[in-house]
Amino acid sequence: METGYNFAYLDEQSKRMIRRCLLKAVAIPGYQVPFGGREMPMPYGWGTGGMQVTAALIGKEDYLKVIDQGADDTTNAVSIRAFFENVAGVKTTTRTTEATLIQTRHRIPEIPVKAGQILVFQVPIPEPLRFIEPRETETRTMHALSEYGIMHVKLYEDIARYGHVATTYAYPVKVNGRYVMDPSPIPKFDNPKLHQSPALMVFGAGREKRLYAIPPYTDVESLDFEDFPFEPQRWEGCCALCGATGSFLDEIIIDDRGRRRYQCSDTDYCLQQQNRETSEKVEHTPSQGDPG
Amino acid sequence: MISDTSIGMEPPILSARKLRYDYGNGKGIANLDLEVFSAEVLAVVGESGSGKTTLLKCLSTHLTPQSGSLSYRSGKGEPLDILQLSTAAKRELLRTDWGFVHQHPHLGLRMRVSAGANVGERLMANAWRHYGDIRSETGRWLDMVEVDPSRIDEAPSLFSGGMQQRLQIARNLVTRPRLVFMDEPTGGLDVSVQAKLLDLLRRLVFDLDLALVLVTHDLAVARMLADRMIVMREGEIIESGLTDQILDDPQHPYSQLLVASMLAA
Repeated sequence: METGYNFAYLDEQSKRMIRRCLLKAVAIPGYQVPFGGREMPMPYGWGTGGMQVTAALIGKEDYLKVIDQGADDTTNAVSIRAFFENVAGVKTTTRTTEATLIQTRHRIPEIPVKAGQILVFQVPIPEPLRFIEPRETETRTMHALSEYGIMHVKLYEDIARYGHVATTYAYPVKVNGRYVMDPSPIPKFDNPKLHQSPALMVFGAGREKRLYAIPPYTDVESLDFEDFPFEPQRWEGCCALCGATGSFLDEIIIDDRGRRRYQCSDTDYCLQQQNRETSEKVEHTPSQGDPG
Repeated sequence: MISDTSIGMEPPILSARKLRYDYGNGKGIANLDLEVFSAEVLAVVGESGSGKTTLLKCLSTHLTPQSGSLSYRSGKGEPLDILQLSTAAKRELLRTDWGFVHQHPHLGLRMRVSAGANVGERLMANAWRHYGDIRSETGRWLDMVEVDPSRIDEAPSLFSGGMQQRLQIARNLVTRPRLVFMDEPTGGLDVSVQAKLLDLLRRLVFDLDLALVLVTHDLAVARMLADRMIVMREGEIIESGLTDQILDDPQHPYSQLLVASMLAA
C-alpha cells in the first residue's frame, strides 16, 4: 500500500526515541519517563499517547486489536484501528486471544492476556498525586523519595465523604513495591488483572508526554486501608446478552421509569460467550478488520 | 553575644553557629549564633526586613545557609548535622520531629481536602494505614486545639482565620514533634482571637514539652509566650536574654526603641 507515510506513521528516529524511553520505563516499573511526544493526526485526549507507543512497537507481523471502554466498535477504537490499517498495513482483529498488540482505552480484556501480548493504555493524566499536590516539582520529589502519604489522603477523603472508597476508576496502585502509579482510567475492577500479569503493559500519555510500564510478572498492589480493604466492583445482575456474571457490566437505562439492564463492556468477550452458548448456530462474528 | 545563663544543663536541641544567608544584595542574616533548648519558647523579634523569617527558614531547612553550621539533637540524643542531611532525611525530620506553622494558614493547609485529612496527613505519611485509628487520633487533636471535632469533615475554607490557624497547629502537632517553628502565628487575627490562640499555644507548649521558635514583631506575644527572646536588626542579633529581662530592661538602643513603642496593654 502506498500512503506516502513511513511504516506506522512516525519516522524511524521518533520510533527509536520512544523505544528507548520504553526500555527505561520497563526497567523502572511504574516510573513516569518523559518522552519527546510527537504531533499525531488526532486531538489530544483521543489516545495520541497510546498511538505513539503502538506506532513504536508495531511490526508487520503483528495482529492489532483496539478497544475503547471494552468495545471494538466505538468511534475511538474504529478510527485508531483504521489508522494503523492505513499507515502500517497490519492485520487487525477483535479477538483478544488472536491479538499480539492491544491498544486500549480504559479496559483490560476479560479473557486473560497471555505472555507475549502487549497492552498499550491511553492515559489522560499520568500523575496520580496531582489531585492532592498540584505542584509538579513537589510530586516528582515525592516519587523520588517514595513519600506516598498523600495518596492515602485521597482515599481518606473518599471514606470521610462517602463512607467507602468511592474512587472507581484510575484507582492508584503501587508497582513493584516502589512507585505509585495511575493505572489510567480503567475501572478498579481491572486492577487485580495488573498484578503478576504475563503480558507487558505500557502506558502512554500524549498530552503530558510521559510513558510508564508494568513489565510481565510484576507485583501491583492497589492502595487501601487496613479497615477498608481494596474491593473491586460487583453487580447484582448478569449480562443481558450472554449471561456472564463475572465480567465488567455496563448499566443501560432502558425506559424512563428507571428500568435497567446490564451488558458486558467487553464486546469480544460477550460475543465469545454468546457463540459458545449457541455453538450449533453458524458463525456469528463481528467484522474482522478491513474487508479490503 | 548570647547570654545563655538560662535553662538547666541539658545540651541545646538546636544550635546554629555563624549562620549566614545573603540574598545577593547584602540583605539576609550574617554570622548568627543561636541555641534552642528543649521545652523552651524562644521568640525572635525585630522590625520588618530584619531577617527574622530568613533565620527561621534557615533553621527549618527551607533555605540552605551559605555558610555556618546547624546541629539538631535527635530524640535519641545523637547530634545531627542538619546541613549535611540528605533531602530525604530533612523532609522526614520536617514531617515527624519538627513542625512549621506558617503565618497564612493556606500556606500550611491543603484547602481542597477536609480538616480531618489535613490533620491526618502526617499520620498517613508516617505509615498509619488504619482509617479508624487515623480518624480517632485526628478527632482527639482537633479537640486539643479547641476545634469542635464534629467539624472534622468540613473544608478548611469554611473555618474562620483563627480556626484555620488552630487546624494548622493540630496538623503539625499530631506526630508529637519536639521542635516547632512558627512564623507570626497570630498575625492577621483580631485581638480577642489572638489572645485565645496564645492561651492555647501556651498550654500546648507546656503540656507537650515543645521547643518553640516563634517569629513575631509583636512584643506582647513574646511577653506572653516566650521564655527567652532575641532581638534582630539588619540580619544580626543585637540583644538576647530572658524575655522579662529584655522587655523590662533593654540594653541596646534599638531594643529600647522597640520596647518604648509597644502600646500599653
